[in-house]
Amino acid sequence: MGAFADEAWQRLRSNPAAVAALAMMCTILALTWFGPWISPNDAQTLDWLHLAAPPGVQNSHWFGTDRLGRDLFVRTLAGTRVSMAIGLAASVVSLLVGVTYGAIAGYIGGRTDHLMMRVIEILSGLPLIFFVIVLTVIFGRSEYLLFFAIGAVGWLTMARIVRGQTLSVRRREFIEAAIASGAGTGRIIFRHVVPNVLGPVIVYATLTVPQIILFESFLSFLGLGVQEPGASLGTLISEGAAEMEVAPWILLVPGSFLALLLLCLNIFGDALRDALDIRDGSP
Amino acid sequence: MTPTLSIDDLRIAFSHRAGSIEAVDRVSLQIAPSECVGIVGESGSGKTQVFMAAMGLLAGNARATGSVRFEGRELLAADRATLNRVRGSKLTMIPQDPMTSLTPHLKIGIQLAEVMVAHLGTTWSDARSCARRMLERVHVAEPMRRLNQYPHELSGGMRQRVMIAMSLLCEPSLVIADEPSTALDVTIQAQIIELLRAVRGEFGMALALISHDLAVVAGLADRILVMYAGRIVEAAAAGELFRRPRHPYTAELLKCVPDISGPRPARLPTLVGQPPRPGEVLEACAFAPRCSRAAERCRIERPELGGPAGAQVACHFPLSND
Repeated sequence: MGAFADEAWQRLRSNPAAVAALAMMCTILALTWFGPWISPNDAQTLDWLHLAAPPGVQNSHWFGTDRLGRDLFVRTLAGTRVSMAIGLAASVVSLLVGVTYGAIAGYIGGRTDHLMMRVIEILSGLPLIFFVIVLTVIFGRSEYLLFFAIGAVGWLTMARIVRGQTLSVRRREFIEAAIASGAGTGRIIFRHVVPNVLGPVIVYATLTVPQIILFESFLSFLGLGVQEPGASLGTLISEGAAEMEVAPWILLVPGSFLALLLLCLNIFGDALRDALDIRDGSP
Repeated sequence: MTPTLSIDDLRIAFSHRAGSIEAVDRVSLQIAPSECVGIVGESGSGKTQVFMAAMGLLAGNARATGSVRFEGRELLAADRATLNRVRGSKLTMIPQDPMTSLTPHLKIGIQLAEVMVAHLGTTWSDARSCARRMLERVHVAEPMRRLNQYPHELSGGMRQRVMIAMSLLCEPSLVIADEPSTALDVTIQAQIIELLRAVRGEFGMALALISHDLAVVAGLADRILVMYAGRIVEAAAAGELFRRPRHPYTAELLKCVPDISGPRPARLPTLVGQPPRPGEVLEACAFAPRCSRAAERCRIERPELGGPAGAQVACHFPLSND
């Protein structure tokens, strides 16, 4: 990808919104790792003296506390970390599975393609919530299950995108030239097809991360995701929503973190799409 | 001596919603070791498909019957693994359009070296130095730098040189050049043809040169096959064909080649009429509707390729030219 990646990076850097979004994401990421060290509080200690305290500097609860007196700053950061981890892990799963599946279906084509696409259609016909509930019932609640469940469904769209791209690449002359040079099917798919569809795939992947974070928040909000005393942005928001009228900061703090994160990821994804939009680098 | 490539009674039909279209009809040809055969014909005459069949590159809806033997080995019915051992190493192809035939995201050096690594099991570093030497031999300037460049950083002529280098890496016994200069501009065309001539002398492989341009084939081929509507209509030694074309189609084609030394005609001569549409069932001579010599017999009975070796023609009333 060398020259191509360099060129894309140049374009990305010349886009101020993308740079700002990237910087903001890095800041949030750094905060989630180092923030808890700065704060004198930890995520699960109950401070009986400050129940549902509003944000302020005087009592070291910078973002205030929740109904049980837990420090919101630390809890929000911990929640952000969980949410981002789920978002990234599920994206990686969907990237690996989706790209492989889509490239194979698209390149081999014919009956194999038909069969593989029907499988995807059946899977995407299942209501996601139903699927997650069934999994939770069978395996019990855990964060890993959440990674798996979201990843297992997230790859469907990715596979479709990759298949579509593969269909347009596989009739190109360089693929024929590769066949004529005696390259086997596996080599052609992973060496000549996949790298050429990676542009749109990377972009879609960055746009899946916010989707997955949102979805995780939604599941946790329903009580299917991360459970107490653990926190994710979703559980924090759901807690905050209950206290919205008397202590709005409990909702607003994790809410703004989520909004900021999603905004950054979306801006960055868009910018990445623009940056990668040089078709095969030919003049 | 076994011919390098021997095609017998090859038929290629494409199945289609409305039935099937015969693209190649009973073509037989042989290419001897280190012989250069030119295959000439207009678009749709099936000249490319004959060699696509040999390379196993026919489209999914194509059905080929007959036999294609490469160094005695049957290729038409061969499985993919067998084909992959042969194509790219002993049987290689120079594509028509070098602009799109290199994988855009891989450096030239990797693409060249990979052929040797995959076919000969060479180590990457050895393959790389072979690739550099090969680029030198096809007169690519600064071969060392080219290895680290991407295809889009090279000009069209340069890329075609790279493709030629790639086709030669494993010391092939037959190189198929499918309109190797058509996508390039005229001065580069001449260079590429000149290069092919030089390379042929140096490596001694057989060369199948497919072209619609008689002038391209003229200087290079030992023997020329003229194809029309999926059939070989004339097969003759190159000099013989140009001096004494026997098939009226060949004669007409030769008239169409503009002569820069003679007086300039008001209009360039062209062939009257259209070639038969693909799918038309031809019981008669396919050229008859455009032929000035056509007689009743030509519209009823199909002429078969015949005559002494070195001057075969498929025509009831060949030109004698004596």
